[in-house]
Amino acid sequence: MREIAVVSSAIHQVEALTFKTDVQLMVSLINEARDAVDLVQADVGFTCSGSSDFLAGQGFSFVQTLDAVGASPPINESHVEMDGAFALYEAWVKLQIGEIDIALVYSYGKSSPGSRRDVLAVQLDPYTVAPLWPDAHAVAALQARLLIESGAVTAEELAAIAVRSQRNAVGNPNALRASADVTVADVLATAVVADPLRAADLAAEADGGCAMVLAAGDRARELCDRPVWIRGIDHRIDAHGLGVRDLVTAPSATLATIHAADRAGFGADSVDIAELHAASTAQAHILTVGIGLGHDVRIDPSGGSLAGDTLMAAGLMRMAEAARQVASGDADRALAHASSGPCLQQNLVCLLEGD
Amino acid sequence: MPVNEVRGVTAKLSEQERLRADLVIAYPFTRTTGPVVGAFMTGLRDRQIVGSRRADGRVFVPAAEVDPDTGNSLSEIVDVASVGVVETWTWVDPPRPGSPWDGPHGLALVRLDGADTPMLHGVLVDSVADMATGMRVEAVWREERVGHITDLLGFVPEGTGTVDPEIGNKSAEADPVRSIRTPIRLEYDFIPSAAAQEYLRAYAEKRILGNRSPVDGAVFVPPRGVDPRSGTEITEMVELPHTGHIGNFCITHLPIPGRSDLPTPYVSAWIHLDGADIGFLGLVSGCENDEVRIGMRVLAVWKADEELGATAENILYWEPSGEPDVPVEQAGNRAWPGGEIRNA
Repeated sequence: MREIAVVSSAIHQVEALTFKTDVQLMVSLINEARDAVDLVQADVGFTCSGSSDFLAGQGFSFVQTLDAVGASPPINESHVEMDGAFALYEAWVKLQIGEIDIALVYSYGKSSPGSRRDVLAVQLDPYTVAPLWPDAHAVAALQARLLIESGAVTAEELAAIAVRSQRNAVGNPNALRASADVTVADVLATAVVADPLRAADLAAEADGGCAMVLAAGDRARELCDRPVWIRGIDHRIDAHGLGVRDLVTAPSATLATIHAADRAGFGADSVDIAELHAASTAQAHILTVGIGLGHDVRIDPSGGSLAGDTLMAAGLMRMAEAARQVASGDADRALAHASSGPCLQQNLVCLLEGD
Repeated sequence: MPVNEVRGVTAKLSEQERLRADLVIAYPFTRTTGPVVGAFMTGLRDRQIVGSRRADGRVFVPAAEVDPDTGNSLSEIVDVASVGVVETWTWVDPPRPGSPWDGPHGLALVRLDGADTPMLHGVLVDSVADMATGMRVEAVWREERVGHITDLLGFVPEGTGTVDPEIGNKSAEADPVRSIRTPIRLEYDFIPSAAAQEYLRAYAEKRILGNRSPVDGAVFVPPRGVDPRSGTEITEMVELPHTGHIGNFCITHLPIPGRSDLPTPYVSAWIHLDGADIGFLGLVSGCENDEVRIGMRVLAVWKADEELGATAENILYWEPSGEPDVPVEQAGNRAWPGGEIRNA
């Protein structure tokens, strides 16, 4: 296996990017990520992005976003209609093949022009489920109730996960929901918005984007002081139908962790920090158990996706936030997770390590 | 085929003096069901819920075509009961746009008697206080049924629905359901970027704006705030003349659905404004279609002053100016000569 590292990243996340297009957002983020390691697009061997046309309602919007990369002369490029974390996986494969030494990965989401919770219904079975338009909050609530009533967790414990996210998010300029002094009692005093979930249980909807530069081996060492090595990465998927799987577990997250750990030589029990991509506090709990995070692991030091969840970019942001913890020396080993599909259907796990 | 409709094409200034438009995307999908999902839909039409049985005897409801554990096809269709138990639920208030329900309702995974997997549907009770995990429910049906998931109105507490003696009496004469209509409609509040806002506002004053690149001075119209060749941000706006030439064109003989104002055949063309380095799309009129050619000089024909708005539609079309043509080899894009970024 080649050594592949995250060498730079840029993140921007706000409640709504009202007057900025996706292209304008990515111009600044892509330049920030490239400039941090003194690269221009001609140095980049492969560019891969993740986004969804349904968010802003514009077909083939990712083609326009190439304006932000600078595609002249023509570049080697690919796109996934998924979170940018899965674009990162594709770039990692390309780097492993050995054709290239440097890759640019980016993703973005601007869901504020539409009703995101309703747009997400379109990802469900188009014959028997989507025509009923179950919105994303309702689907998250069905899963959360199963979890609570299974006895695995209480509403208080879910509120504690919300509190952890908000407290950790203090000081993160890209977090939408942060509070140094919020308590479990404060959260429990708020109204239920999708029974049994409260607003604080649901990830804060955001617009934003993330760009990242990956480099191989010595090239990575030349570009930055402390490359963040991707020691293991894997993604797995469960069945689509909500009724055919056990919604209180995430077998694909467990399996992805096992395979990533196999490559990395260390597992989820020995990381210092973990960044989780969860749509709800219940999902954060399911992931913590399913991935097998140790008790002394600091979970979501940035606040995680609960503090700000840009569709299609929240997973790549988890990779970037975890990498920053390692690059700064605050952590030596980190786990970053990304998810796609309803109720944690698909999961990607990435194990990172500094030298 | 997806249909994109932009309502109120002439964007109006809102209270905040910003341009916005309603953007609606509608997909009029008709989906082929295949035999298994078709059996489920046919069953709904007959007020009979069916599932598919896999090798170990477990029954999937709704009927699944494939066993997710093995990937094996499933073809044995079995009837299940119209009564069952709520496994998990939530309460939806207010109801979501596009959903079949007009008022607040429960939403639940309901496992019917005889089924091994739960199905999603609404629970029609008065309030959230009437919902509970484990509650027994029964199906209630729409009067007019076509073979669709919404033939099932939802579930009500068992014993409170109207028990229909004809439940399960299959309409022998009717063909099985082979396709269903599942239209999707999504509504967006479209707000143009700052550069596009300025561009559209200038149109209201019969001015055409472009962006000048800091890289080499190349001018892009419409202005998008970025030089697409290098990914460099552009902030400088320049005003462009109303004259240019045709870089390329196409004569269209098929009408566009919803554009009865555009009689066929019509000519659409890449208009290269004098001073701009790329073209933008416009209609060409004021001459015979077979006179239109690459390099032809054109000028803008505007709407009457009292009809002007903040929209590119202010230019009705481009007509020949009568000036000598631009030589064909010089017509078209100038921003990418030879495929490379030109030097300043």
